[in-house]
Amino acid sequence: MDFVQNFPFISIILTLFSGPLCSVLNGKQARRVNTAVIVADGILSFLVLGYVTAAGQPFVYRMGHFSAPWGNEIRVGILEAFMAGFFCVIMLLCMLGGIREREVQIEEGKQNLYYVMVNLLLCSLLALIYTNDLFTAYVFVEINTISACGLIMIRQTGRTFEAATRYMIMSLLGSGLLLLGICYLYAVTGHLLMSNIREQVRVISATGQYHISLMVALGLMSVGLAIKSALYPFHAWLPDAYGYSTLSSSAILSSLVSKGYIFLLIKIFYRVIGFDVVWESKVVNVLFVFGIAGMIMGSLSAMKESNLRRMIAYSSVAQIGYIYMGLGLATEAGSVASIYHVLSHAATKSLLFVAASGLADASGGSDRFRDITGAGLRNKLAGIAFMAGSLSMVGMPMFSGFISKLFFAQAAVGHAHKMFPTFIALAISTILNAVYFMKTVIRIYTPMQKKEGVEGEAETGRAEGRSIPIWEQPVKSAALICFIVLNLMLGLNSDPLIRLIQSGIEMFD
Amino acid sequence: MSKRLSEEEYQKTFSGKFRRWLSGEKDPFLGEVEMRRQEVRRESEAEERQREQDEKLLKERVYDLEHNFEVRTFQKVYRVFSVLFCIFLVVLLLVAVSDLPHFGHAENPVNNEVAERYIEKGLQETGAVNIVTGMILDYRAFDTLGESHVLFIATCTVLILLRRDRKKGGDTGEAEKEDVSDRLYEPKNDVILQTVAKILVPPVFLFGIYIILAGHLGPGGGFSGGAVIGAGLILYLNAFGFARTEKFFTARTYRRMSFGALACYSLAKSYSFYTGANGIESVIPLGTPGAILSSGLILLLNICVGVVVAGTMYTFYVMFRKGDY
Repeated sequence: MDFVQNFPFISIILTLFSGPLCSVLNGKQARRVNTAVIVADGILSFLVLGYVTAAGQPFVYRMGHFSAPWGNEIRVGILEAFMAGFFCVIMLLCMLGGIREREVQIEEGKQNLYYVMVNLLLCSLLALIYTNDLFTAYVFVEINTISACGLIMIRQTGRTFEAATRYMIMSLLGSGLLLLGICYLYAVTGHLLMSNIREQVRVISATGQYHISLMVALGLMSVGLAIKSALYPFHAWLPDAYGYSTLSSSAILSSLVSKGYIFLLIKIFYRVIGFDVVWESKVVNVLFVFGIAGMIMGSLSAMKESNLRRMIAYSSVAQIGYIYMGLGLATEAGSVASIYHVLSHAATKSLLFVAASGLADASGGSDRFRDITGAGLRNKLAGIAFMAGSLSMVGMPMFSGFISKLFFAQAAVGHAHKMFPTFIALAISTILNAVYFMKTVIRIYTPMQKKEGVEGEAETGRAEGRSIPIWEQPVKSAALICFIVLNLMLGLNSDPLIRLIQSGIEMFD
Repeated sequence: MSKRLSEEEYQKTFSGKFRRWLSGEKDPFLGEVEMRRQEVRRESEAEERQREQDEKLLKERVYDLEHNFEVRTFQKVYRVFSVLFCIFLVVLLLVAVSDLPHFGHAENPVNNEVAERYIEKGLQETGAVNIVTGMILDYRAFDTLGESHVLFIATCTVLILLRRDRKKGGDTGEAEKEDVSDRLYEPKNDVILQTVAKILVPPVFLFGIYIILAGHLGPGGGFSGGAVIGAGLILYLNAFGFARTEKFFTARTYRRMSFGALACYSLAKSYSFYTGANGIESVIPLGTPGAILSSGLILLLNICVGVVVAGTMYTFYVMFRKGDY
């Protein structure tokens, strides 16, 4: 066995080990450990990606001395390795972008706990990506949920407590449904390992035995993961959680946490149940309808917002709707488009959150719309970054958002019943996106008008703006530049990426 | 009355005290035990008025219930819909359960080669007499590794939520006030509790340690034994107060302890994962089944899990009661 095959396991254990380690260090040391671990994981994941691409086939890594159905194992294909590496990159940029906010907003003695949460969150994401066992997936879903809660409420204000409570209730409901689904599946197949369940499901669906249980299990797992990733009617926890937590938290939550669950759902569809069974089950149609509803309702809610970060948060609801719509098409092209959109949204949404905080810095820390007028002129880099992110969200060519919309439309062409609903929803959603994002872009480039009034009379309730040069916060500026470059790379190099996703999906079998 | 002792000396003997208690002259707990009834919190009239006003404002201004069409419709739809949805869910789950294979039937899908090997070869392959322990700490140790980190991260979240920084508070008046309010709920120096604790705490600890150490030999293991030890710690704290427990157990101790235990777990299991995956023979002997020092790493892992669980239980209790230790 090649030594590279140990890397996924090493990256999981490394993050798992660094979590408790951070709890005995002080804040600064913990931050260094955290950065080092994320970088190391990223490098390891890309090495694995190189190895798997060269080998051309996935490999299974046995966790312990007992092989698959008895012991635990992880399974690594192209898509898994790429996702792990990509998540590490995004995580690193999110953490770099929010350094100053964390220092201000988190109590001195609790800084190290933040890094405990982030390390274990990364660990759970890696484990969710690599695992080949449904129960292992559930254990790490638990870690993911609790650490996400901690990330929300570590900035201790009334708003975040409320948000964390909501998040916890909804998320635990989702976990419960997922667990129930796994139980049903175990009762009818007798296995927890994904490959073995797949074989048993083939037998069961051929004979027609236990059909109801299988469908209920599939439904429970889909709904559970949909709640956890904030599909439209279950999104009530999202705006507060993303809007009021500290910057790195909202960027990580929006771009990684929900995506981890979506990736798990895709794995369940392909590797556990089998896509043909899923396709026949009509569960995908429900996801399709909710996805489309989310695309439109999320954008409508975003238009009504008067707070920049909450607006971006609502736009996440719409983008999650896109992803589920793609899955709901129940074709391979649809899934490819969904996975591409997972990547594109992860890169864009975190960029928008970091840029929005840059704009708020230039407006006296406020992110209400009336205060950020002209903020793009005061903080030039954040303005450009926000514009880039908005253009990507709206779907301008050259940016990643355009490519994903193109692929969604291509996937829908020729689909018997879902072609027109998809086209109409895409069109409406694009227009709505353009309305609220371009409204914001125009606002941040409109110079703030000096009010004519008596000298010395303070403008009431309006935050004081000041201009911020690029070098004032070098780390955040670097993160923003990296984000923009990442977005352009995703948008301009879509062909190799799409090929990679396709071969990754083929490796699922 | 005694004939040999003088009146004064007789009062100090046990039978003298007993006699006085019997005749109702003396209450042995009076002055010894802090007996104070918890004060009932009463709203003052001003507070009550303020609260009513706030509620009224909330209804009229914030939600504007009379004119808020969305909220009113939502409330109506919600009532009907929640009942219907619950009925639907109940029916769905009942139908699904009735479709499941019959419980305990030999032909069920769950009775396959996986369970067979656990039962037939578990002892031989893991060295643990208790096959459940063998399953969770050897066959499927990765899941349990994750599970013990769930406990750890739950404690960290509670620490984020409830821990108060002493440095930040600054003035000592705050600390005294906290002490007083803590005593309101938990009276100090309770003789009955202290006496019982003195007798009970050592056996509780011993029993917990026994459950942990014998986890691979019989029912038990790190999770249950750790919970017993945690309960013992909580009992000790209630009897003797924070001043005594903080001598040996503080937040710092907890963090180091759980880091040590989890690091130990991770490293031990990394070794076995690495050797297992790469096909290297593990040097850890399985020992004779039934002996304390047997079944490879399982004993060590049980101790690690026990330490984490005990610390978690105790920390939860302290955080909810005082928020600092």
